[in-house]
Amino acid sequence: MARTPTTTDAFNAVAESSRRHLLDAIGAGEVTVGELVDRLGLSQPQVSKHLGVLRAVGLVLVRADGRHRWYRVNGPALKPIHDWVGSFERTWNVRLDRLDDVLAELKPKEETS
Amino acid sequence: MNTANRHGSATVTLPADREILITRQFDAPAELVFKAWTTPELVKRWWGFGTSEWLVCDIDLREGGSWRYVTREEGGMEVGFHGEFRTIEAPHRIVSTEVFEGFPVEDPDAAAALNTVVFDERDGVTTMTINVLHVAKEHRDAHVDSGMESGMQVSMDRLEDLAVELDRAA
Repeated sequence: MARTPTTTDAFNAVAESSRRHLLDAIGAGEVTVGELVDRLGLSQPQVSKHLGVLRAVGLVLVRADGRHRWYRVNGPALKPIHDWVGSFERTWNVRLDRLDDVLAELKPKEETS
Repeated sequence: MNTANRHGSATVTLPADREILITRQFDAPAELVFKAWTTPELVKRWWGFGTSEWLVCDIDLREGGSWRYVTREEGGMEVGFHGEFRTIEAPHRIVSTEVFEGFPVEDPDAAAALNTVVFDERDGVTTMTINVLHVAKEHRDAHVDSGMESGMQVSMDRLEDLAVELDRAA
């Protein structure tokens, strides 16, 4: 499956590990490009490139303050990913709740045999 | 000891780049959980959905042996998974590969995930963990690409925690 160079949604944008590390490095705060360069040990052009992709899909927001630009993670845009994990968790919960029922039935049998 | 208390208590976390971890406790000894996990007649009762029709449920429980589950879901779609057992330490640990047969690549077998299931019993309660490890980055990325549609595995650092944190903060 060929990846398109431009990503159009949050899932594609975070499929690249550098961009996940970038999101982790921004965390719940607000940071400048310079701080990200320090935290990640990447070059400024690399950080700027990834920030550009993350901004394009709305995962990262920017605020200009004088001569600084402050970047922060846009929580609601991460929601599709959060929802995916939630849906995976629900699938497993359906299975494992049913497994509870199987185990409850097996237990008395094992105890009397 | 009401097993209904544990309903809905499974958790999914993304502990590392290529991993997914599913955790759940059961009010039963490891031996029974292992049995329910590896006996076809029992697997058929919990692994699918209530509406699934079972077409294949084969488990050749030995190292090097294979397993295959195929169900027909509502609407007629057939869903198949298979893999090979790598390590079996009854009743505490099973390592096996898992291939989703509908995976949208030329050779789904090359995109197998490695699943490690552990049953850890303490005072009659068994804690089960399933660690899903994707072998290749491109397959994991393809999983991410197809994640929304197929509900397949995805693995992403600590993004889930971050999403929850930011959701709460919002």
